[in-house]
Amino acid sequence: MRLSRTAFALGAVLAVALTLTACAAGESGESTSTADADALTIYAGRNEALVGPLIEQFTEDTGIEVDVRYATSPELNALLLEEGERTPAEVFLSQDAGALGSIANAGLTSPIPAELADLIPAGFTSDDDSWIGVTGRARVIAYDGEHLTSETVPDNVDALTAPEWSGRVAFAPGNASFQSFITALRVLEGEDSAAQWVEAIAANDPILTDNNLATLDLVNSGQADIGLINHYYWFERAAELGEENMRAKLEFLPGDPGGIVNVSGAAILKGAADDADALEFVEYLVSEKAQQFFVDETFEYPLLPGIAAPEGLPALDSLVNPELDLADLESLEQTQQLLADAGLL
Amino acid sequence: MSRTRAVRPPRALLAAAVVACALAAIPLVYLLVRVGTAGLEDVVAVFERPRVPVLIGNTVLLAASVTLTTVAIGVPSAFLLARARLRGRAVWTVLAALPLAVPSYLAAYGWLAALPWMQGFWAAWFVLSLVAVPYVTLPVAAALRAGTTGLDDVARTLGRGPLAAFRLGTWPQIRPAVLAGALLVCLYTLSDFGGVALFRYQVLTTAIQQAYGASFNRDYAAILASLLVLLAVAVVIAEQFARGRAARQFGAVTGPARQRRVRLGRWSAPAVALLAVPPGLAVVVPVMVLMVRLFEAQTLREFDPAELAAAAGNTVLLSAGGAVVAVALALPIGILAARYRGRIIRAIETTGYLALGLPGIVVGLSLVFFSLAAVPALYQTAFVLAFAYGVLFMPKAIGGIRSATAQVPTSLEDVSRTLGNGRLRTWWLVTARLARPGIAAAALLVAVTAMKELPATLLLRPTGTDTLATELWSRTDVSAYGAAAPYAVTLLLVAAVPAFLLSRARAGAGELDEAVA
Repeated sequence: MRLSRTAFALGAVLAVALTLTACAAGESGESTSTADADALTIYAGRNEALVGPLIEQFTEDTGIEVDVRYATSPELNALLLEEGERTPAEVFLSQDAGALGSIANAGLTSPIPAELADLIPAGFTSDDDSWIGVTGRARVIAYDGEHLTSETVPDNVDALTAPEWSGRVAFAPGNASFQSFITALRVLEGEDSAAQWVEAIAANDPILTDNNLATLDLVNSGQADIGLINHYYWFERAAELGEENMRAKLEFLPGDPGGIVNVSGAAILKGAADDADALEFVEYLVSEKAQQFFVDETFEYPLLPGIAAPEGLPALDSLVNPELDLADLESLEQTQQLLADAGLL
Repeated sequence: MSRTRAVRPPRALLAAAVVACALAAIPLVYLLVRVGTAGLEDVVAVFERPRVPVLIGNTVLLAASVTLTTVAIGVPSAFLLARARLRGRAVWTVLAALPLAVPSYLAAYGWLAALPWMQGFWAAWFVLSLVAVPYVTLPVAAALRAGTTGLDDVARTLGRGPLAAFRLGTWPQIRPAVLAGALLVCLYTLSDFGGVALFRYQVLTTAIQQAYGASFNRDYAAILASLLVLLAVAVVIAEQFARGRAARQFGAVTGPARQRRVRLGRWSAPAVALLAVPPGLAVVVPVMVLMVRLFEAQTLREFDPAELAAAAGNTVLLSAGGAVVAVALALPIGILAARYRGRIIRAIETTGYLALGLPGIVVGLSLVFFSLAAVPALYQTAFVLAFAYGVLFMPKAIGGIRSATAQVPTSLEDVSRTLGNGRLRTWWLVTARLARPGIAAAALLVAVTAMKELPATLLLRPTGTDTLATELWSRTDVSAYGAAAPYAVTLLLVAAVPAFLLSRARAGAGELDEAVA
C-alpha cells in the first residue's frame, strides 16, 4: 500500500508537469490540439517577417482564419515527408521549387486547377500543375564595391574560374538555389562543360559558406570580392543597414546561366484537395494584390504577367530561363553528384 | 564499504530503466529505418565522397579540442568558486552558469558581426568552448564543495607541494565530475550546428543540414547522422572506462567535510579574469553586438511586448515540462548506474546518452515519426514537445543523478529496509532526500538548455506557438538583428533564474579516497 502511494505521488508530479506544458500552448491563446479544426493550416517555409503581413491581410480580406507553422523550407519538406498523408497541413508555401517537387514526387500534393495554374507563365511554375510558382528570384553576383566596379566585375560565371579570382569568390554549395544554377549550367552548356566549370571553380580556392546571407555578409565586410547569391538578399540586408551602408553591390547576369531565375511557390496538400479555403489562399498568392505586395516588400519578381518588377531590376524576360523543370529532383541529384565529386558537398 | 553491490538489480528498477532507455533510443531506431531504406549501395556511395573523411576528421578534431579547453578552463574556475576566498562569490557563480543559456548560433553571430574575419576551426573552437565551459565548471564546483581538503593536508604534512597534494587529495574526489562534464561537452560539440555553420567550418552536422536543405535527401542525412552516433558511442564508452577505474577506488562518507578556503592574495586579479572570460565573451559580447544593431537599425520592426511575454511564458513552461520528463527518464538509469554493475547496465547507460550526440533536426524528425505512429492524438501538442526536450536532454541529467545517488551510503538504505520499508519507499524516504540537491541540479541544467533549443522546437511545436528561441530565430533569419535583441536579452534573463538556482545546488555527501585514508 505504501509503495503504491509513493508511486502515485511520483505519477502525480509527472502529470502536473505535463499539464503545465499543455497550459503553455493555452497561454498564448492557442489550442493544445494541433490546430483549429476549421482554420486553414499553412506550413510556411518563408520567414514570418516577410509573409506574415500578407497572410494577415488574407484573413482580413476573406475572413478565413489561418494557423501558420513557420520553419525553413527544408525542415518543412522533411516534416511533410515524415507526416505523409497524416499531415495537418493544407497548403505548403515554399522558398524553392525543389522542396515542392520533393513532396509532389512523394504523391502528397493535389493538382492546382488549370485555370489558376495557367496564370503563371511556363518555366516559372510546375509543368504538371502539382504546385504553382509565386515569386521569382534572380541569381546574381554581389561584389565588393570598394575593390570592384560594375565595369571590372565579370558579367558571366565562366570568368570566375580564372586565376585572378582565386580565393576571392564565395558561394554556398549546399544551397538549393545555387544548385539549380548548376543544373541550368548542365542543361544550357552540356554535361562536360558544366563538370569542367565545377572542377575549375573548386580548384580556384573558393570560399564556401552555409547560405546566401552568409555569402553576402562576407562581401559586405570585405572578406570576399564576389558572392554568388539571390538578388533579394541584398535588399533584405539593405533594409536593416541602409542602402548607403551597403559595401556590396549587385551585378545581374542577363543571358548567363549564372543569372537564372528561381521561384518560390505553393502546393495544396492531398488532404485538402476539395478544400475551398486552401484553394482561395493559393489564388490569393497569385492575385494582383499579393504579387504587388511581394514587389514592394521583398523586392522579388512578380510572376503574374502585367505586374511591374521592382524598380532597378532588369526585366524578367532578359534573364535566362531555359525550359528548366525547376523541381526536377533527378536532375538535382546529378547536380549534387557533380558537386560531391568535386569535393564541394 | 563498497559503493556498489554485487547483486542483481531489482526487476522493477531494471524494467523502468529499460523503458527509459527505449524512449531515448527512438532517434536511433528512426535512423536505422532510414538507413535501411537507403540500402547498402547508398551507404557505400557516401564513403566514396571525397568530403566525408574530411568531415569526420573535422568533427573529431573540434570535439576533442573543445573538450580539452573546457576542462582546462572549467576545473580552475570551479576551484575558485568552491575553494577560494572570493568577493561576490554568489554573483560569479550565477555568471559561470549563464553561458549555458546562450544559443551557439547567437554567440557565433555576435562574434562574427564584431570580427568579420573570424572563420574556420579556430573560430568554431573559440565560441563552442566558451558556451560549453559551464558543463565542466558546475559539476566540478559542486563536487569540490562536497569534498574535503583533509587529504590534501595529510599530503602536505608528508612534505608534498600544494599541487602534488591537490593531485593526491582533491583530484580523485572530483575526477568523476570532470569526466561527466567533459562527456557532456564532447557530445554537445558533436551535435552542434549553429556554432560551426556561421564560421564555415565543415563538420558532420553542417553536412546533415545541407542534405536536408538542398537534396531533400533524408537517407543521406541519416547515414551521416549514423556516423555521428558511432562517434558518440565511442566517446561514451571511453568515459565509462575512465570513470570505472576511478569509481572503484572510492567509498562514500557522510558527515561534514573539512574544508579550508584558499586566500588568493596576489592571484586575485588573474582569478577574477579567468572567471570573467566565459560569461564576458559568450554572453556580454553577443548581447552588446545585438544592442548596437538595435540602435543602428534603420527600420525597426514594431516591438510587441505581449508577443514577448507569451513567448517567455511558453519557454518557461515547456522547459520546465522538459526538465521533469528528462529527470523521470534519467532517474532509473542514473540509480542503476550508481548502484549496480554489468554489461547490460553499461549498455543502458550508453544508449541513454546517445541522443545528445545527434543534431536536433534528427531527434525532432524521429519524434514526429514516433508520435504519429504511437500517439497521433498528441501530435503537435505541447506534450510531445516537452517529451522531446526530455529525450534530447535526459543525458544531461543522468550523470548528475548517478553521482548524487552514488554518494548516499547504502548502509542508510539497509537500515530503512530492516525497518520494514519497501524498496520504493526507502528510495523516497532516504535516497531521494539525500540526493535531492543533485537531482534538482540535473533538472535545472536540462531546463536552462531546453530554453534555447531550436531545431526540434520548430518541428514539434504546436502550430502557431512560439518560444523565445523561435522568435529569436525568425528575426535573425531575416537579419533583423536589432529586432532580435529584446528576445535575446529576455532569454538570458529567463535562463538566469535556473542558472541562479543551479549555482546554489550542492552535491550530496563527499567522497573519500579509501586508498589514502
